[in-house]
Amino acid sequence: MSVVSVENLVKDYGGVEAVRGVSFHVDAGEVFAVLGPNGAGKSTTVEILEGYRTKTSGEVSVLGYDPTERSRTYRERIGIVLQETAVEDSLTVSEAIDTYGVMFPNRRDTSELIAIVGLDEKRNARIKSLSGGQRRRLELALGIVGDPDLVFMDEPTTGFDPSARRQAWSIIENLTSLGKTILLTTHYMDEAQFLADRVAVMSGGLIVAEGTPESLGGRESAATVIAFNLDDQSLEGFPMADVDVAENGRITLRSSTPTRTVHDITGWAVGRNIELADLSISRPSLEDIYLELTGEVENG
Amino acid sequence: MADRPSTLTLLASQARYQNRIFFRSPAAAFFTLIFPLFIFIVFSLIFGNEYIDELGVNLSQYFGPAMAVFAAVSASYTNIAVTTAYQRDEGILKRVRGTPLPAGIYLWGKIISALFIAVISVSAMMAVGVAFYGIQIYAATLPAAIFTFLVGVACFASLGLLVAGLVNSGEAATAVTNATLLPLAFISGVFLVPSDDAPEWIDTVANVFPLKHFVVPFTDAFNPTYTGSPWQWNHLAYMALWGGVALVLGIRFFKWEPKASGGRKSRKDSKESKDRATA
Repeated sequence: MSVVSVENLVKDYGGVEAVRGVSFHVDAGEVFAVLGPNGAGKSTTVEILEGYRTKTSGEVSVLGYDPTERSRTYRERIGIVLQETAVEDSLTVSEAIDTYGVMFPNRRDTSELIAIVGLDEKRNARIKSLSGGQRRRLELALGIVGDPDLVFMDEPTTGFDPSARRQAWSIIENLTSLGKTILLTTHYMDEAQFLADRVAVMSGGLIVAEGTPESLGGRESAATVIAFNLDDQSLEGFPMADVDVAENGRITLRSSTPTRTVHDITGWAVGRNIELADLSISRPSLEDIYLELTGEVENG
Repeated sequence: MADRPSTLTLLASQARYQNRIFFRSPAAAFFTLIFPLFIFIVFSLIFGNEYIDELGVNLSQYFGPAMAVFAAVSASYTNIAVTTAYQRDEGILKRVRGTPLPAGIYLWGKIISALFIAVISVSAMMAVGVAFYGIQIYAATLPAAIFTFLVGVACFASLGLLVAGLVNSGEAATAVTNATLLPLAFISGVFLVPSDDAPEWIDTVANVFPLKHFVVPFTDAFNPTYTGSPWQWNHLAYMALWGGVALVLGIRFFKWEPKASGGRKSRKDSKESKDRATA
């Protein structure tokens, strides 16, 4: 059953369409990532689902509710992790969690929540004394304080150093093990790859690709790239016809049957007693696919 | 699903939360609680406690209650406008907007907290006045004074909400509240004892705005030579009218999201898609 269902969503800001007909669905227990550069329309899409914005047209249903009606029961069942940690600096960690927790019928226990996000030592510390990573963990705690069925996370690790991102990721992984459905936006490929079951790539207000991180944009069936260096050796008798030879002597070829091709190439090399230096066999990374889809190769 | 928290629980939690924020903000606490008391003490040192013919009472007997009004207005008008606008700047209002807390309870929490702070600040002022400056409190007029105080705080709390909704930042809220409250305080008889020689237009302007309608009935309630009814319904009704209009407009213009992220960002979003559309 779909927890989130979006059909042909359009959002028009004064004659300019920020979201131009977007459709997707998220199933219960799934982690769904909306990936895209700034201005792609992903935050607008998520803010409509959160109930912050109205839609111009299209159908949106979340947990069976129309989020634009902003009913109290709807808001009792969702959790929102904001892009920036917005909470009164002068409160302590446990005071902040209590203040927001009391608003929900199914509030999580404050101590348990503090333990989940690993802030035990900071529970009585003023929020202003927390580091960036600790504030982010508090933000995650506030997002789930009402024990929501669905958690929205808008760029949960933007601006983090690598270790803080790892920490945040492991907390988010814990949430999924609690059976929560998570919809997150991000512009980091590795984040989508690490966390998401499915990814939608947005660009220019449209979803340009959708799928699992493994299959996104035809990545699964995309040709494998085989490359090696051939120091001063001749390509005479080489079994493959279509090869690129770079100026530095590196030879690259693509194959949709890499097992067979590699076997042929190595057979050829062994037969001639040639060492294939720096032999590499790779599939296009999610990042390559993403850059191709969002057209940032030409632009940037 | 467990039961929803009761309205009373939520109101209590919100008022406590707003109080906590207030008392942990040294600047807000200083300007609301200490500053009016400080001015009262300094004025009393400079001008003494002479009998003033025009007032029919000693200076402190007028000036103490007048500064108490100033303290009550700081606790409601200035405090609500400034803290609400800063909370919006920091994205706190946006967070609240995403929780199940009804908007009305959030706003009432602010008003209850402002009332609580005003009670503390006015009580402190009057206690110092009674203990050290010989201010008399009269049982016969005390209920009217308390009622006037409640109407005044409600009126100025609503005006504070309105200012918070109209300005775009916490700094603007600070500027607007100071630029309105201080000049009005001078012409409405808060800092200076009104003189009969003052030009008539000053009085006309002061009569338009609600502050004077708070000061007059409140100070009269502490003036034994005042012979009219302490329940000055004309002034009270005028404040209620200002407060009512401010509340309706304040709810109408209330903004939950900061200009910087709501407005600018969506404009940026649309500009980028426009660039794309025309590319």
